[in-house]
Amino acid sequence: MQSGVFHTNYAKDMQLRPTWVMRARLVLLIAFLVIFPFVASVYWLNLANQIMLFSITAVGLNLLIGFTGQISIGHAAFVALGAYTAALLSTRLNIPFPLDVPFAMIVAGLVGLIFGLPSARLKGLYLAIATLAAQEIVLWFLKHLDLFVPNVGESISLVPTWAHEQFLSTRARADFNYYWVILFFLSLVVIFSVNLVRSRVGRAFVAVRDQDIAAQVIGVDVNRTKLIAFMVSSMIAGLSGALIAHYRGIVNWERFTVDTSVAVLSMLIIGGLGRVSGSIYGAIFVTVLPALLTQFGLLFRDILPDVNRIIPYVQQGAFGLAIIFFLIKEPEGIAKMWKDVKDYFRLWPFSY
Amino acid sequence: MMQTSQTSEQSNLTTNPKAVMPIMQVQDIGLRFGGVHALSGVGFNVYPRTIQAIIGPNGAGKTSLLNCISGLYKPQKGQILFDGKYDLTKMKPHEVAKLGVARSFQNIELFRHMSVLDNLMLGRHIHMKSGVISGGIYWGAAQKEEIQHRDYVEHVIDLLEIQHIRKMPVGALAYGLQKRVELGRALAMAPKLLLLDEPMAGMNSEEKEDMARFVLDIAEEQQLTIVLIEHDMGVVMDISDRVAVLDFGKLIGDGTPDEVKRNQAVIDAYLGKEH
Repeated sequence: MQSGVFHTNYAKDMQLRPTWVMRARLVLLIAFLVIFPFVASVYWLNLANQIMLFSITAVGLNLLIGFTGQISIGHAAFVALGAYTAALLSTRLNIPFPLDVPFAMIVAGLVGLIFGLPSARLKGLYLAIATLAAQEIVLWFLKHLDLFVPNVGESISLVPTWAHEQFLSTRARADFNYYWVILFFLSLVVIFSVNLVRSRVGRAFVAVRDQDIAAQVIGVDVNRTKLIAFMVSSMIAGLSGALIAHYRGIVNWERFTVDTSVAVLSMLIIGGLGRVSGSIYGAIFVTVLPALLTQFGLLFRDILPDVNRIIPYVQQGAFGLAIIFFLIKEPEGIAKMWKDVKDYFRLWPFSY
Repeated sequence: MMQTSQTSEQSNLTTNPKAVMPIMQVQDIGLRFGGVHALSGVGFNVYPRTIQAIIGPNGAGKTSLLNCISGLYKPQKGQILFDGKYDLTKMKPHEVAKLGVARSFQNIELFRHMSVLDNLMLGRHIHMKSGVISGGIYWGAAQKEEIQHRDYVEHVIDLLEIQHIRKMPVGALAYGLQKRVELGRALAMAPKLLLLDEPMAGMNSEEKEDMARFVLDIAEEQQLTIVLIEHDMGVVMDISDRVAVLDFGKLIGDGTPDEVKRNQAVIDAYLGKEH
């Protein structure tokens, strides 16, 4: 809580960033995001794009798990649906890039809505298992897509599409251009989510999470709210899927298995459940940690010729350790740690 | 029959309840859990702008009755008519809430991780409209709505004297304050009928006095009808206009506090019978 900050009307009191320090931090962040692609190498640019794509999915999943309290471990399925929808629309129907995104979102959202229906009766772990089933059903469908769509192979290539012609053929150029596209959509998703959770629907989400009986009694339609959360979060996953399809230029179901669902879930746990910013911190952590480990491992190439084979094991081990660390030390994730740091400096030299 | 002053109307009510149309009619409610009869044949009327107490020994079915009213339990028998036309036993809890029935719980059921303000704003949920899209865009309609309802919530905050804790997370508050916030959340709904399940349980006498004062102030200011479950007989006899007495799921008394005090069945239930 700030002291010495007084507002004279409710609009000012309800601002997202009421103090100048907060606004200054936002300006710095924007400046960094704008300068970054001009100075970063292709490797880091690629990594940044991966982070942002994961962030979109994670922000969406956080609305469902962190805010509404409905555990889903099948979220990669909705990303896959978005990716396949975008891929099929642009290769089969020649619908150009930004126009296929809404369709990808709608398909993922509707399927998410259907798989959200069990949430009316199932809670907690039982619901988690139901969403796992959803993941497998969707993956089965995508693996056997040739039964429904003629001449579809294991993977769909989007390379000779309008978007790739526009964004040029070299990888570096594509990474640079897609950086802006993905950043644009990520910003939209973040602004949307932050606003949603501070208005009527978002409060209903948290009410359902914290006390569903009390939520009903104050007039929140609990089942409807859960379905809204499933739908919105699947739509955001679908958006991320569509972007992945175009960015990678190839869509394959292997990218969207339970492993990916669990990876996104772990981003939420590490970053901070129930905080929009936490999803992004988690995405950064989970993506950058293995990259840093690889870079670090390669330093030992001369002494350890086999280092390339060891690195994957170290990455998995470090990932597991990180999750255990956060579960024990800071269950509220990086977002809470960052908040503590900010509080420390704001209150300095007093302890509280 | 025209009555201008509220006090004369209320005194009229207590002496001649048939003169006014009841806001809620509980009729022949029967509720079973397996073989256990939690409520059987319970029926009484609640009159507008009165404080109706429900008392009875532990396990008498008071909270079960409240749960039937707010739609959480579905009684197998009977009906509860609200405003003469809505049968609450056929409705879902959130639909009951939309009719203007608010309640507090015996064990505090607040949204612990949210601030006091957000808890109270949730009380305004039924009066707000913004959906996913307008909420996500926020600036414009949703913001206007937030500000408008914040204004109402601030009024409730003033009424309950909880200005100093508005932005605190509810889970961090003392028990007595949490009870007050829960009352505030119910009030923010601007209900017609307020159900309070032991609002003074676990409080010291000073907190009880505060709570009784709030309840009376609110009843008068908002022209509310209140159904109150309370174990403290002093409070019940002081503030309520009518008292219904439950024992083992059956209604054994219904009337003004004085009538109930003289009712032999009630005395037997509370003090035991001489054999």
